[in-house]
Formats: sequence, structure tokens, C-alpha cells
Amino acid sequence: MLLIKNGRVIDPASRTDAQLDVLLEGGTIRDVAAGIVARDAAVFDATGLIVAPGFIDLHCHLREPGEEFKETIESGTRAAARGGFTAVCCMPNTKPVNDNAAVTRSIVERAAAVGSVRVWPIGAVTLGSKGEALAEIAAMRRAGIVAVSDDGRPVATAKLLRSAMEFCRELQLTVIDHCEDTSLSAGGVMREGPTSIRMGLHGIPACAESLAVARGVQIAELTGWKFHVAHLSCRESLDLVRRAKQKGVPVSCEVTPHHFTLTDEHIREYDTHFKMNPPLASREDRDALIEGLAEGTVDCIATDHAPHDAASKQVEFDKAPFGITGFETALPLALRELVHPGRISLMRMIELFTTGPARVLGPHVEQSRRIAKGCVADLTLFSTDRDWTFRAADSASKSKNTPFDGEKFRGGPAATIVGGEIAWKA
Amino acid sequence: MNPGFHDLLGIEPLTAPEIAFLLDQSQPFQEIQRHPLKKLATLRGKTVCLAFFENSTRTRISFTTAASRLGADTMNLQAESSSLKKGESLLDTVRTLDAMKPDCIVMRHASSGAPHFVARHLEIPVINAGDGTHEHPTQALLDALTIRDRRGSLENLRITMIGDILHSRVARSNIHLLGRFGAHFTLCGPPQWVPRELETLAPNVRRVFAIEEALKDADVVMVLRVQTERLHEPALSVEDYILLYQLTPERMKLAPPQAIVMHPGPMIRGLEIDPAVADGPQSCVLEQVTNGLAVRMALLFQVMSIAPPS
Repeated sequence: MLLIKNGRVIDPASRTDAQLDVLLEGGTIRDVAAGIVARDAAVFDATGLIVAPGFIDLHCHLREPGEEFKETIESGTRAAARGGFTAVCCMPNTKPVNDNAAVTRSIVERAAAVGSVRVWPIGAVTLGSKGEALAEIAAMRRAGIVAVSDDGRPVATAKLLRSAMEFCRELQLTVIDHCEDTSLSAGGVMREGPTSIRMGLHGIPACAESLAVARGVQIAELTGWKFHVAHLSCRESLDLVRRAKQKGVPVSCEVTPHHFTLTDEHIREYDTHFKMNPPLASREDRDALIEGLAEGTVDCIATDHAPHDAASKQVEFDKAPFGITGFETALPLALRELVHPGRISLMRMIELFTTGPARVLGPHVEQSRRIAKGCVADLTLFSTDRDWTFRAADSASKSKNTPFDGEKFRGGPAATIVGGEIAWKA
Repeated sequence: MNPGFHDLLGIEPLTAPEIAFLLDQSQPFQEIQRHPLKKLATLRGKTVCLAFFENSTRTRISFTTAASRLGADTMNLQAESSSLKKGESLLDTVRTLDAMKPDCIVMRHASSGAPHFVARHLEIPVINAGDGTHEHPTQALLDALTIRDRRGSLENLRITMIGDILHSRVARSNIHLLGRFGAHFTLCGPPQWVPRELETLAPNVRRVFAIEEALKDADVVMVLRVQTERLHEPALSVEDYILLYQLTPERMKLAPPQAIVMHPGPMIRGLEIDPAVADGPQSCVLEQVTNGLAVRMALLFQVMSIAPPS
């Protein structure tokens, strides 16, 4: 038994915001009330801390199997725990691709053995994510996938996307698409605009994303099934999602911390730690994303944690792989960029890390992850006022490819509780 | 005044006085090109590493000759060399070259920003001899020297550039350089190669898609190289390019008679430029080449004479 005492409990599902104690037992929440006395319980003093439902990251890359020199399930979930995440959804672009039940099972088993937090695999939409034939989605669902995506690339054709959406409606699995018109983006390494022109780097126009979002929205309308836009990065895409939601089309989207923090103008001296896909957007697009996070068009914050070893990133800008790490800086960035300047409330921020992603995955996930009697004992405890500096070298991730090394923060994770056990504490 | 140059990665970070200083320093080296005996001993004992990761003929020969006329030795890495083919990383390659203790490295690379990346990892001066579609600073310096000789001043010139501006590192460096001296730019070419964002590179940049309009009032006409591989992208047909944008004697008549014509080379006669213009009295193509030696000698002298003693 673990008793979390004296914390400020904020649960977006019930709009709770109060000083409450939370008693955990056997992997579930046994009681939520003021002044709980439990003689046999270990006590965690959460004075001055926020107690939130366990954070979920809908989008990350754990690199196992196949690229264990970049990250492993063990190191990646340790970094996730340090970032306050209690469950992470790993994208299927491993080697081999998670496009069959055997790979899914190996990830699930490995996570059970060495994971600090829950690992919820996302299966490939198509075999090898090659965009030719549908993968064995039903078999993967039985093995434990929570959604499907060909992340790293878009689902190749509208026809395949339609088939996948129709089939996944039956399986109750959300389809997540990396929205990109690759004919427009081919060869591009950053967002097209004045900065790409000045730097002489091949640009990717914003509409390379929004064209593919438009495709997804229309297929969601056609099939009546849930379409989730991964790492949405520009105003036009956001407008499409907003209009779709107004029409009642089941579309959702996520935004990454780096896209609501940085713009293409931050790319200095061809530093490859600023290279990711979708690329950093214009200031206008960044401001639109913050607006979308505030007004509710954006459903969740997802990290797109994409570890790469130093040798891969210490190269010419156009030769470097896309991606940056993100677990340990997500919450501090959300506090610094969104909550402290008053752009969103603390309640809303927590929603973006908890109820938001849970709802994308489905009602069964959403129901179980509240702070209420009988729900899963996953909690994220964090501070909103501790001053600290993030050091990439201290990260638990095997890779240190972050643009936020040395950044100063106010507030951040304090403890991560998974299944009633302390997975990490500061 | 000596501003002190450690690296020359681009024109963009330089101020007008720094640029003027480099041009002034180039003048005595222009004289040397006219002497019967051209070799100095100024940099005797120094070694210049020429690392051309991308093929180049004129720039490599120009830097090699500049180094040799200063008395420096050169070591050469060429694009075809085996270590690159074997998959060695750029960082490992330049660290290996650096371990042979050159006093400076002159590099050309197909990736924009590659010299900036190398400069972060090496102590010795890095001179950018062209990086991707980013900058070609010594070309802009030699162009400026040529313009200053012909026109008497760099102030407030009307510069017309014709061709593939989007992919041109020569255009970018020239816009940064001449923009420091108040130039007004007219960029002309197929719209695919003259995107609106180019207008943000300097204060007075306009885009004009009719060459006849672009040539009016020009003090300097810079014809850019059309890389035929770009024509296959597909951008447009060679025939259309010639029809609309080739610099012909008839079109040159629309420009003021004192206007000069420049080309960074290599020049394809009959594609971007008519031979009669290339060889005409307004052309300064060969002066550009000679001035390239002077500018590069001045620059090598600057970076190596102020480098810390080894």
C-alpha cells in the first residue's frame, strides 16, 4: 500500500482540483479523500506537488528491436519515467518493423521484464510499413497493440488508408497517420521559408503536411472511423482538424513540445539537434499551435521521442536523420511555454498529457485512468516551481540528441507511480 | 584597421568595413598577378589543406595557385578520393586531415553548412570555398573587387541577377555582400527558381520575370550558371529557358551601355549566355578569374598570419 499525502490532486476527467490524499493498493486506487489514515501504508509526502493521473505519451520511438545502440526498452522507459510518463506508445518503425504479432509480443514481454513504465506498442498499418498490403492488424491487437500507424512515413495511398480505417473501425483501433505528401517534401530538411532560403537548405512547404491531413479527414468522414494526426505542425493542418471536429468527423491530433516551443528561426549554425520531421515551423504556425492547445482543437501533447546516437547526428545537416529526444523535457516545456505565461491552465495541461491521449486510444483507456476508486494506480507527481537546469548528459536515454541541453526550467517531474509502485522519484 | 579573420564561413556575418578591408588587402595581390615573377615567400613553411568534397576545377586551381604564389604548400583531398567512397564520415575525414597539421583548411562541400560544422570541431581556420546552395564567399569578394575596379565604387549599385537564384550560393553571397553597400537587386529567372522568400535576404530585393524589364537601369548584370541537372528536376525545358532568359546582345542593348556583365563560371555558351555577350566589351569574366587569385591570396594571408603560432 502506498499513501500519497498532502498533494494537490488535479484530475481533468472529474474536474477535481483539491488537496486530497490518494491510497494505492494492488495496482489500483483504493481511496481518494482528505486526511486518509492507513496504518500499513508507506507514505509519500507530496506537499507542494501536483498529483495527476499518469501521463501517457502517444508517440515515441524506443528503437528496440534492432537499434539498441540508440535506445532500448529499458533505457527509454527509464527516461520516460524521469519525464513523468507512466505509459508510452512506441511506434512500429523498429528493425524488424512491428507488423506482426511475434514482434508485438516480444516488445510486450521485454517491457514487462525491464520496463520502468507501461509500454503500449503501436502496430504497423502495412507490411513493413511499405504501403503495399495491410499488416496482420487483428493478430497484433490480440498481442497487445493499442493503435496502428506507419509512422516515419504516411500510409502510402488513400485506398490503403481507407481499407485500414474500415478494418480498424471493426477492431476499435485508432489509425494514426504521419501526414506528409512525400512528393512535395522529398529532399527537404527543414521548413520552407525565409530561413531555409537564407541557409540554402532544401525546404518542405507547410502544405506537404496539410494536404495529407485533408486526405485523412475526408477518409475519416467516408469511413466514420477515428483518424489521429501525428505531430501536427502548422496552421493549415490545425484549421482542417478544427473544421472536421465542428462537422463531427472523428479526427484528433497531437502536438509535440518542440513544435510549440521552437521555430525554424531557432536553427543555428546547422545544428542537427534542430532537425526533425515535421520540421520546426514558422513563428505564425507555432503561435497557431499554442492557440490550438488552448482552445481545445489539439487533443494531446506527444513527445515524438526519437533517439539517435551521436555519430548519426554529428554529420552535415542534410545527411542527419530526423528526430530529437523528448521524454524528459516535455512536461517542463509545457509548464514554461504554456502554463507559466498563462496561455493554458494547469488543468488543461494535465488534460493534454492524460485524458487527451487516453481518449484518442479509446473509451476503455479513458475510463480506467482517472483518479478515482478502482482506477489504475498510475500517477504523475510534479512540481510547478522548482528551478532547475536540464542536462542532456544526465538523461536516462541512451541518446543525447536534444536541442534543450542546458535549458532552465521552473517545475518538472517529481515522482512517477506505475501500478501503485514508485517507478522513479527525483 | 585589421578586423582579424579566423574563419571565412560566409559573407552574411561580415560588416561593410570588414568586407572593404578584405578588398583593400586584395589590391596589392592584384599587382602581383601582373609581375613576371609572381611567387612570394610570405607563407613559406605554412600548409594549406584543400578539401574539395565536391568537384571543382576553377576554385580548386585558384586556391592552389594562390597558396603557391604565397609560398605555402598544399595538401589535396579530392571528391573522388577513396576514403569518402568507403563511407568515412566528414568529421573523421577532416580530423584525419587536421592531424597532418595544416595551418588552414579550404573546403568545398555539397551540403549547406558543412564548413560551419567542421569549424565547430577544428581549431585551425576554415575557409568556405562553396557549401551546397548556401554561400560562396570568395566568389562574392572577387566579384566585388571586379565591380569596384570597373565602376569605381560599390555604393548603391543596381544589380541584376539572371538564372537559378534559388540554388545559387554565388547569388546569396553576392546579395549579402553588395547589400551591405546599399545595392538594389533585381532577381530574374523562371519563377520556380526565384521564390518570394529571396526578397528577405537584403533590404532592396525585387523579383522581375521578364528579362527585358530586369536589364533596364542595371549597373551590373550577373548571369548565373544553369546547372543542367536542375533542368531535369523537372523545372522547365532548356528551350524555354533559352527563349526567355538567355542573355543575348539584343537584350543587352536594353541595359545602360556602361553596364558590366559577370559570370561565376563555368559558363555554358548558348544556354544562359550568348557567346557575343560573353566575349563582348561589357564582359568581365576573365578579370573575375584573375581577381579570384588576388582575393584568395589576401584571404589566406589574413587567416594564416593571424593564426596562433603552432
